[in-house]
Amino acid sequence: MSKQYETVFIMTPVLSDDQMRETVGKFENFLKENGGTFVHQENWGLRKLAYPINKKTTGFYHLFEYTADNGNLVQKLEVEFIRDERVLRFLTVSLDKYAVTYAEKRRKEGFGKKNKKKKEETVNEQ
Amino acid sequence: MAADPQIRYLTPQASEVRKKKYCRFKKSGIKYIDYKDPDFLLKFVNEQGKILPRRLTGTSLKYQRKVSQAIKRSRHLALMPYVADLMK
Repeated sequence: MSKQYETVFIMTPVLSDDQMRETVGKFENFLKENGGTFVHQENWGLRKLAYPINKKTTGFYHLFEYTADNGNLVQKLEVEFIRDERVLRFLTVSLDKYAVTYAEKRRKEGFGKKNKKKKEETVNEQ
Repeated sequence: MAADPQIRYLTPQASEVRKKKYCRFKKSGIKYIDYKDPDFLLKFVNEQGKILPRRLTGTSLKYQRKVSQAIKRSRHLALMPYVADLMK
Protein backbone atom coordinates (compact mmCIF):
# COMPACT_ATOMS: atom_id res chain seq x y z
CA MET A 1 0.00 0.00 0.00
CA SER A 2 1.44 3.28 -0.96
CA LYS A 3 0.72 6.23 1.16
CA GLN A 4 0.52 9.86 0.25
CA TYR A 5 2.77 12.35 1.98
CA GLU A 6 3.13 16.05 1.98
CA THR A 7 6.28 17.96 2.80
CA VAL A 8 6.64 21.68 3.27
CA PHE A 9 10.12 23.09 3.64
CA ILE A 10 11.62 26.53 4.04
CA MET A 11 14.87 27.58 2.36
CA THR A 12 17.07 30.49 3.34
CA PRO A 13 16.30 33.83 1.67
CA VAL A 14 20.01 34.21 0.94
CA LEU A 15 19.69 32.04 -2.16
CA SER A 16 19.18 33.50 -5.58
CA ASP A 17 16.25 32.30 -7.65
CA ASP A 18 18.45 29.89 -9.57
CA GLN A 19 20.03 28.48 -6.44
CA MET A 20 16.60 28.06 -4.95
CA ARG A 21 15.41 26.15 -7.99
CA GLU A 22 18.52 24.03 -7.90
CA THR A 23 17.89 23.13 -4.27
CA VAL A 24 14.31 22.19 -5.04
CA GLY A 25 15.54 20.14 -7.99
CA LYS A 26 17.97 18.30 -5.79
CA PHE A 27 15.24 17.12 -3.43
CA GLU A 28 12.93 16.41 -6.32
CA ASN A 29 15.50 14.12 -7.90
CA PHE A 30 16.23 12.54 -4.56
CA LEU A 31 12.58 11.63 -4.13
CA LYS A 32 12.26 10.30 -7.65
CA GLU A 33 15.41 8.21 -7.39
CA ASN A 34 14.31 6.64 -4.14
CA GLY A 35 10.96 5.46 -5.37
CA GLY A 36 8.66 8.36 -4.66
CA THR A 37 6.13 9.45 -7.26
CA PHE A 38 5.14 13.08 -7.41
CA VAL A 39 1.53 14.05 -7.20
CA HIS A 40 1.99 17.76 -7.12
CA GLN A 41 4.36 20.48 -6.12
CA GLU A 42 3.97 24.10 -5.41
CA ASN A 43 6.26 27.05 -4.92
CA TRP A 44 4.96 29.64 -2.50
CA GLY A 45 7.83 32.00 -3.17
CA LEU A 46 9.47 34.27 -0.63
CA ARG A 47 7.28 34.63 2.42
CA LYS A 48 7.65 36.42 5.68
CA LEU A 49 8.15 34.13 8.67
CA ALA A 50 5.95 34.58 11.70
CA TYR A 51 9.05 34.53 13.88
CA PRO A 52 12.76 34.57 13.02
CA ILE A 53 14.49 31.25 12.35
CA ASN A 54 18.30 31.29 12.38
CA LYS A 55 18.07 35.09 12.39
CA LYS A 56 16.21 35.08 9.06
CA THR A 57 12.87 36.79 8.82
CA THR A 58 11.88 35.54 5.37
CA GLY A 59 12.17 32.26 3.53
CA PHE A 60 11.32 30.41 0.32
CA TYR A 61 8.49 27.98 0.92
CA HIS A 62 8.05 24.90 -1.18
CA LEU A 63 5.49 22.11 -1.06
CA PHE A 64 5.89 18.53 -2.28
CA GLU A 65 3.03 16.07 -2.53
CA TYR A 66 4.07 12.53 -3.32
CA THR A 67 3.30 8.91 -2.73
CA ALA A 68 5.74 6.39 -1.36
CA ASP A 69 5.55 2.70 -0.63
CA ASN A 70 7.03 2.84 2.82
CA GLY A 71 8.12 5.33 5.42
CA ASN A 72 11.81 4.75 4.75
CA LEU A 73 11.73 7.30 1.97
CA VAL A 74 10.45 9.96 4.34
CA GLN A 75 13.18 9.17 6.81
CA LYS A 76 15.85 9.42 4.12
CA LEU A 77 14.41 12.66 2.83
CA GLU A 78 14.41 14.18 6.30
CA VAL A 79 18.03 13.19 6.80
CA GLU A 80 18.80 15.03 3.55
CA PHE A 81 16.96 18.07 4.83
CA ILE A 82 18.92 18.07 8.06
CA ARG A 83 22.21 17.78 6.21
CA ASP A 84 21.42 20.60 3.84
CA GLU A 85 22.11 23.92 5.49
CA ARG A 86 20.07 25.79 2.91
CA VAL A 87 16.92 24.35 4.48
CA LEU A 88 15.70 26.21 7.54
CA ARG A 89 12.69 24.11 8.45
CA PHE A 90 10.68 21.22 7.11
CA LEU A 91 7.55 19.30 8.00
CA THR A 92 6.31 16.02 6.55
CA VAL A 93 2.77 14.89 7.11
CA SER A 94 1.14 11.68 5.93
CA LEU A 95 -2.27 12.35 4.47
CA ASP A 96 -5.36 10.47 5.57
CA LYS A 97 -8.34 10.01 3.26
CA TYR A 98 -9.91 13.36 4.13
CA ALA A 99 -6.64 15.12 3.64
CA VAL A 100 -6.19 13.52 0.22
CA THR A 101 -9.56 14.74 -0.99
CA TYR A 102 -8.85 18.14 0.47
CA ALA A 103 -5.52 18.27 -1.34
CA GLU A 104 -7.17 17.35 -4.63
CA LYS A 105 -9.77 20.04 -4.21
CA ARG A 106 -7.13 22.56 -3.28
CA ARG A 107 -5.15 21.71 -6.39
CA LYS A 108 -8.15 22.17 -8.64
CA GLU A 109 -9.45 25.48 -7.45
CA GLY A 110 -8.24 27.17 -4.33
CA PHE A 111 -4.52 27.59 -4.29
CA GLY A 112 -4.04 29.48 -7.55
CA LYS A 113 -5.87 32.54 -6.40
CA LYS A 114 -4.61 32.40 -2.89
CA ASN A 115 -1.03 32.01 -3.97
CA LYS A 116 -1.20 35.07 -6.13
CA LYS A 117 -2.57 37.05 -3.25
CA LYS A 118 0.17 35.84 -0.97
CA LYS A 119 2.81 36.69 -3.52
CA GLU A 120 1.48 40.20 -3.81
CA GLU A 121 1.66 40.57 -0.09
CA THR A 122 5.26 39.50 0.06
CA VAL A 123 6.14 41.89 -2.74
CA ASN A 124 4.51 44.72 -0.85
CA GLU A 125 6.50 43.94 2.22
CA GLN A 126 9.72 44.22 0.34
CA MET B 1 -45.49 36.64 35.36
CA ALA B 2 -45.96 39.34 32.85
CA ALA B 3 -49.67 38.84 33.37
CA ASP B 4 -49.48 40.53 36.75
CA PRO B 5 -48.43 44.18 36.34
CA GLN B 6 -48.05 44.58 40.11
CA ILE B 7 -44.86 42.58 40.27
CA ARG B 8 -41.70 44.54 39.68
CA TYR B 9 -38.22 43.18 39.81
CA LEU B 10 -35.32 44.97 41.42
CA THR B 11 -32.96 43.81 38.74
CA PRO B 12 -34.28 43.73 35.20
CA GLN B 13 -34.60 40.20 33.96
CA ALA B 14 -32.38 39.15 31.14
CA SER B 15 -34.81 38.69 28.32
CA GLU B 16 -32.46 37.71 25.50
CA VAL B 17 -31.75 34.04 25.14
CA ARG B 18 -28.11 33.35 24.45
CA LYS B 19 -27.48 31.90 21.02
CA LYS B 20 -26.53 28.28 21.13
CA LYS B 21 -22.96 27.57 20.17
CA TYR B 22 -22.35 25.04 17.48
CA CYS B 23 -19.42 23.27 15.97
CA ARG B 24 -18.69 24.96 12.70
CA PHE B 25 -16.94 21.90 11.27
CA LYS B 26 -19.89 19.63 11.92
CA LYS B 27 -22.29 22.20 10.59
CA SER B 28 -20.51 22.92 7.35
CA GLY B 29 -19.12 19.43 6.88
CA ILE B 30 -15.43 20.23 6.93
CA LYS B 31 -13.46 17.04 7.35
CA TYR B 32 -9.88 18.16 7.18
CA ILE B 33 -8.29 21.21 8.74
CA ASP B 34 -5.38 22.53 6.76
CA TYR B 35 -2.29 23.72 8.56
CA LYS B 36 -1.18 25.61 5.44
CA ASP B 37 -3.99 28.12 5.79
CA PRO B 38 -3.04 30.45 8.65
CA ASP B 39 -5.78 32.95 7.83
CA PHE B 40 -8.42 30.39 8.67
CA LEU B 41 -6.67 29.16 11.79
CA LEU B 42 -6.53 32.73 13.05
CA LYS B 43 -10.15 32.31 14.14
CA PHE B 44 -9.11 29.80 16.77
CA VAL B 45 -6.41 31.77 18.54
CA ASN B 46 -6.53 34.85 20.72
CA GLU B 47 -4.51 38.01 20.29
CA GLN B 48 -1.44 36.47 21.83
CA GLY B 49 -1.59 33.52 19.50
CA LYS B 50 -2.89 31.10 22.12
CA ILE B 51 -5.37 28.43 21.10
CA LEU B 52 -8.88 29.29 22.26
CA PRO B 53 -10.71 26.76 24.42
CA ARG B 54 -13.64 24.79 23.15
CA ARG B 55 -15.99 26.52 25.54
CA LEU B 56 -15.45 29.78 23.69
CA THR B 57 -15.42 28.59 20.11
CA GLY B 58 -18.02 25.83 20.45
CA THR B 59 -15.94 23.38 18.44
CA SER B 60 -16.64 19.72 19.15
CA LEU B 61 -13.91 17.70 20.79
CA LYS B 62 -13.10 15.73 17.67
CA TYR B 63 -12.40 18.85 15.67
CA GLN B 64 -10.80 20.76 18.50
CA ARG B 65 -8.07 18.13 18.49
CA LYS B 66 -7.60 18.62 14.77
CA VAL B 67 -7.59 22.39 15.11
CA SER B 68 -4.93 22.30 17.78
CA GLN B 69 -2.84 19.88 15.74
CA ALA B 70 -3.12 22.11 12.69
CA ILE B 71 -2.19 25.24 14.64
CA LYS B 72 0.85 23.52 16.09
CA ARG B 73 2.00 22.39 12.65
CA SER B 74 1.45 25.83 11.30
CA ARG B 75 3.54 27.28 14.11
CA HIS B 76 6.36 24.92 13.35
CA LEU B 77 6.44 26.19 9.77
CA ALA B 78 6.45 29.80 10.93
CA LEU B 79 3.10 30.43 9.29
CA MET B 80 1.73 31.34 12.70
CA PRO B 81 3.63 32.73 15.69
CA TYR B 82 4.19 30.86 18.92
CA VAL B 83 3.90 34.09 20.84
CA ALA B 84 2.59 37.38 19.58
CA ASP B 85 1.20 40.71 20.62
CA LEU B 86 -1.81 42.20 18.95
CA MET B 87 -2.19 39.61 16.25
CA LYS B 88 -5.61 40.88 15.27
